[in-house]
Amino acid sequence: MNSLSDFVIVSAMLFGIGVYGLVTKRNALRLLFAVEIMINAANLNFVAFDQYLPSSVGPGSNALGQTFVLFSIALAAAEAAVILAIVVVAYRLHQDVDVSDLNSMEG
Amino acid sequence: MVDAVFIAMAIVTVGGALIALEAKEIVYGAIGLAGSLFGVAAFFFLLDAPYVAVFQIAVYIGAVAVLILFTVMLVRQERWAKELPVRSLTKVAGILTGVVLVLALAIAALSSDISNDTQIQNTAGFVQIGQLISTTYAPILEVLALVLGAAIVGALTLSRTDREEKQQ
Repeated sequence: MNSLSDFVIVSAMLFGIGVYGLVTKRNALRLLFAVEIMINAANLNFVAFDQYLPSSVGPGSNALGQTFVLFSIALAAAEAAVILAIVVVAYRLHQDVDVSDLNSMEG
Repeated sequence: MVDAVFIAMAIVTVGGALIALEAKEIVYGAIGLAGSLFGVAAFFFLLDAPYVAVFQIAVYIGAVAVLILFTVMLVRQERWAKELPVRSLTKVAGILTGVVLVLALAIAALSSDISNDTQIQNTAGFVQIGQLISTTYAPILEVLALVLGAAIVGALTLSRTDREEKQQ
């Protein structure tokens, strides 16, 4: 049987990869990939803890983690749509998606 | 003890995430991301949460990954392939941050007593999830619908091209 810590370790690895991508990459799409990976790590952690630990916060509470992960997935989809639109606009304006070149709003 | 399915899915998930960030062509990166998201969906199946798993596949692989692929292909030029080389100091800093984070979280997980939890205790079906969504958390659902609608309208407005300007 898998224990809770196995899922937590896989989730930690995903999160670490996401942080690595966020620190090193400068292409806007790679940054989007890194953020999506980190969101998925958080979702996996959420469901794992919810399924393995007993819940005692009122009726229906054993579905709480799954419910919130559903909300989280929907939010991530909205976020991806907005970021992709911004990427398309940035590409149209600058012919480039390197985030360090997108500095026209710098003071 | 970990079973073989878990190890296979861990390899798919973590390997897909690495491909997503390190593949030379960004299209292959998008496909690697889809693989990684699929691996997470498989973990949801292993966790006895099939509804969340199917939702993950439908939304992430069906919508988000396809959206990313289309964006990459629509605006694909030679420039997308060439990514400026990252300074090696940044790269070392990134790897160090990631490794330290993973080690800290893994040590914390292994030294606590959650490694003794081997029995899944909560197996809520979609009936309970649906009840929770449509009663206690109905306001969140409605706000989420507004957020989704606003995000789609915003995305469309941002990426709209003025046809009249183009014709001139």
